[in-house]
Amino acid sequence: MEYLGLYNYWIAVVLLMTGFYAVVAKRNMVKKLIGLSLFQAAVFLMYITMGKVDGGTAPIYTAAGGEQIFSNPLPQVLILTAIVVGISTTALGLAIVVRTKEEYGTIEEDEIQQIDEHTSGGQQ
Amino acid sequence: MQMGVDILSWLLLTCGGLFVLVGGIGALRMPDLYTRMHAASVTDGIAPILIVGGLILQAGITLASIKLAAILIFLLLTGPAASNALASAAVLSGHRPGNASEMSAEEEA
Amino acid sequence: MSAVFGIFLLTLMLITAIAVVRTRNLFVATTLMGIFSLLLASNFFLLDAADVALTEAAVGAGISTVLFLSALSLTAEQEKPGHRGRLVALAVVLVTTLALLHATLDSPLLGDINAPVHQHVAPWYIDNTPLAIDVPNVVTAVLASFRGFDTLGEVFVVFTAGIGVMFLLAHYPQKPPHQPHHGLRHYLIQRLVGRTVIPFILLFGFYVQFHGDFGPGGGFQAGTLIAAGIILFALLEGPNSAIKVIPSGVLKGMVAGGALLYGGVGVATMLLGGTFLDYSVLSSDPVAGQHLGILLIELGVGITVTGVLLSIFFAFASRKHF
Repeated sequence: MEYLGLYNYWIAVVLLMTGFYAVVAKRNMVKKLIGLSLFQAAVFLMYITMGKVDGGTAPIYTAAGGEQIFSNPLPQVLILTAIVVGISTTALGLAIVVRTKEEYGTIEEDEIQQIDEHTSGGQQ
Repeated sequence: MQMGVDILSWLLLTCGGLFVLVGGIGALRMPDLYTRMHAASVTDGIAPILIVGGLILQAGITLASIKLAAILIFLLLTGPAASNALASAAVLSGHRPGNASEMSAEEEA
Repeated sequence: MSAVFGIFLLTLMLITAIAVVRTRNLFVATTLMGIFSLLLASNFFLLDAADVALTEAAVGAGISTVLFLSALSLTAEQEKPGHRGRLVALAVVLVTTLALLHATLDSPLLGDINAPVHQHVAPWYIDNTPLAIDVPNVVTAVLASFRGFDTLGEVFVVFTAGIGVMFLLAHYPQKPPHQPHHGLRHYLIQRLVGRTVIPFILLFGFYVQFHGDFGPGGGFQAGTLIAAGIILFALLEGPNSAIKVIPSGVLKGMVAGGALLYGGVGVATMLLGGTFLDYSVLSSDPVAGQHLGILLIELGVGITVTGVLLSIFFAFASRKHF
């Protein structure tokens, strides 16, 4: 029954590997970016899970004074930054995907590779 | 008095939850896109009223109740507008109501 | 009881993630990612991370969905079916999953107060925030003041992404300036509801910006909300009207100006005699100086995030469709 306290980590691990599978095994570039988002979300879940304290609340001092137990604010600060960096990377990745589609006509990785080999083979 | 308010709020929350369940089951079991949207719009209409009403009763007369009321108004404004936009998009892309077999075949793709 | 709710939400997240990977229609995958982000935000809230929940809901369920949909409208909608090499990847992923699951058995249980992560630096921050900065939200105090360098780097990352997207997409080929169909011009209900709701979205964005000291909020969430409001306006009235509301010169100024404001505060503190980003020297009373410093840099963050997200959206939206 105490393993139920580890359920968050298990879900984070399975989400991590799901995102990783999408990045590695899918051919479509947008699907790879979505898999990257899943991967990042799993890491966020793992960090915020580490910060939770039993009986604590969000780390905001309220008007009621006294001894308040707070959850750890440091993982939250890290993950705030990480979420914003993640969306920036996703936006830039999507811009690259749009330009790739315009230049190659496809966003499937194996077709792009074929077109590349074709053109470089023709030039040699 | 407090007990009565508690019981009423739990009643409202449970009914709201039941309506959300009904909307979800309807969105799955209905045969056509438009009937599914109609079923899912239950979660945009009656369900927020009941759930947020129950929460307001739980919160009492505090600042949180005013914020909850604002959230309710926002949900009631934007939910039906979104359903309308979805239905307009479906009409524009050629879905006609009543083509059940065509719809399910297209959605399997 | 909230543990059961947490387990329920986590299982839903797992099912949604597997559905995202398995579906072949990319629009379906994007919508499911929106659901996934909202479930993740609810989970963050259950784990007492209110700021992070707000950011994840605004960024993941809001802006990310819009960006993916704009990119998908310019590229393909369906994914071609996968083939060779998938079984090898699946085997590697399964083996790694089992290894990682075995590794998590050593982790401290959820909520354990004696876990090493709660012992060293965190109590110092929690205890010293009322003394040195006197801001109720400890996360904002750590983000803006104690770890101000990291946030400066983050603003520059956002800025870099903005100019990267502008380099890639803001040029040829553009849509012709005369379009017969502007936005949702003929849809009365959406335009009416949108016009009613957009002022309140912007107002709420400003509220979140300045309320970040006292509750969940801050520059990033506020920038995202304000950008979402203007993106809604652009969807309803067409990108050309939206460009008239916020001209591209103003947008570029916002993108650079926010980062400049943040760095400028650091340089100003150096000129006033302190170290870089030491806000205590900004005013005669150190605590008031901290308040002023946090206000200015959060403003810088909000301006940059708004400008960058709007620039990225307009870059995608005014691209000629193939």
